[in-house]
Amino acid sequence: MIEARGLTKRYGDKVAVSSLSFTVEPGKVTGFLGPNGAGKTTTMRLILGLDAPDAGTVTVAGRRYGDLGFPMREVGALLDAKAVHGGRSAYNHLLCLAQTNGIPRKRVGEVLDLVGLNEVARKRSKGFSLGMGQRLGIAATLLGDPQVLMFDEPVNGLDPEGILWIRNLMKTLASEGRTVFVSSHLMSEMEHTADHLVVIGRGQLLAECSMDEFIARSSGQSVRVRTPQAELLAKAVSHAGGEVAGGEVAGSDGMLTVSGLDAARIGDIAFDSGIRLHELTVVRASLEAAFMELTGDSVEYHAGLPVAEGVN
Amino acid sequence: MLASEWTKLRSVRSTYWTLLALVVVSVGLGAIIAAATKAHWSSMSPTDKATFDSVQASQGGLMFLGQLVIVVLGSLVITSEYSTGMIRTSLTVMPRRGVVFTAKALVFGVGALVISLITSFTAFFLGQALLSPHNVTLSSAGATRAVVGGAIYVTLCGLLAYAVGTLMRHTAGTITSVIGVLFVLPIIVHLLPHSWRDGMLRWLPSSAGDAVSQTVYTGPTHLFNGWGELSVLGAYVVILLAAGLLLFKTRDA
Repeated sequence: MIEARGLTKRYGDKVAVSSLSFTVEPGKVTGFLGPNGAGKTTTMRLILGLDAPDAGTVTVAGRRYGDLGFPMREVGALLDAKAVHGGRSAYNHLLCLAQTNGIPRKRVGEVLDLVGLNEVARKRSKGFSLGMGQRLGIAATLLGDPQVLMFDEPVNGLDPEGILWIRNLMKTLASEGRTVFVSSHLMSEMEHTADHLVVIGRGQLLAECSMDEFIARSSGQSVRVRTPQAELLAKAVSHAGGEVAGGEVAGSDGMLTVSGLDAARIGDIAFDSGIRLHELTVVRASLEAAFMELTGDSVEYHAGLPVAEGVN
Repeated sequence: MLASEWTKLRSVRSTYWTLLALVVVSVGLGAIIAAATKAHWSSMSPTDKATFDSVQASQGGLMFLGQLVIVVLGSLVITSEYSTGMIRTSLTVMPRRGVVFTAKALVFGVGALVISLITSFTAFFLGQALLSPHNVTLSSAGATRAVVGGAIYVTLCGLLAYAVGTLMRHTAGTITSVIGVLFVLPIIVHLLPHSWRDGMLRWLPSSAGDAVSQTVYTGPTHLFNGWGELSVLGAYVVILLAAGLLLFKTRDA
């Protein structure tokens, strides 16, 4: 369990995080989303005591991070997989971390097996690929078998197999009752992994709710209907309060995109009016669309490139 | 925690390179000075022969270049953590920064002292052997003080670099500053007029090296005795370590 109350941090006259309050609960994967510069990394550093907040508090398992007796045994954090001494072997790197918290040597071998680095354990980490470095960082978080795990962009540099592996790892850890807090930019991946979301923009909280709720709130949710009696259905649906967009033709059928009514309601309307349906699909907005909608005006650093045609 | 810092120290190549350099340079240079002096003995003036300090000759390598090498290692022990970003990992797994700082200083200090003592004694025995019959033994006046004190001096220089490293957090800056203090500062002071120079000499960190290794009286040096000068250097190290600890604890990682 991670609890933040009124967290504020300034760097010079720039406010990185402002009155941020949220709770991350055990047993689920909580995604931490926000545009670049929103304050995600700052927030994570505040949780871990790497920076001191100007105001507010944040506790992990009910205590300040600095007050934990053996921090590694309660919290495993991966903030920057490159923050290792390249001249040191993977084994020795994990060993020196384990020794700070009284974790036995054999645990080092165990986590190396877990992440699949046992073959390169004795090699210097500067020769590692991005993916291997990332896995080394994950191994370090698991050393103390902690109840709380925090990952800042863990899928950076991983191949599809690696990304799938991390997704399963995080879900397994959450199912074991642990608290998993992940920040990521990869919306498509986050959509499959996270159950709960904390969204920030410009240092402030924008949303804190379940994944389903977040997407449902956005305007992108709609129902796609294919029917030979498109005009009829369109009228009936508008009459019932739905909004009809679209009007493509697919073969001899018309395709409608309806928002404001759920699929069941539309099906009932069609049945009541004797309209045949050939397709009735819920088009769930993507997390990416919902996210862009919410954070559009909170983006600090816009790229100046035009959006390609056909990409929404 | 000590185990962790020891693992860190022994698991990087730079440790072994610097310690090897320390031993080779100290013993080697001392041996060269000794052998060369013996070879030229007959062409030396009577004054030079009378004031010849055989201990200073054999320990010259350690005292002159050995301190340079240990400064590099003392700096790296802390500044490499900043340059690689490892410091964030280290302080995340152990947020009690006082513990980290002290453990690191202890492991380095003890290690440096042990290696310096071994090097110092080796340089002495080899150098003296090469110097014979103009040599001295450990039991002669000031010899043990020079050998042991020399090792302590080198260790203190290393800890000085460690302390400056925690303050500057930058490898090149730290090494340059400490070498400046140990090498350049004495040169500047020696160029000053007598009245200023004589009062300042005893407060230079490098004077501890001079005082501790000199066993033949050649006139007033304006320094405290060997242990006195070591205490002066020791005091500087303690003050800088305290400042380093304070900043280490309070600055953002």
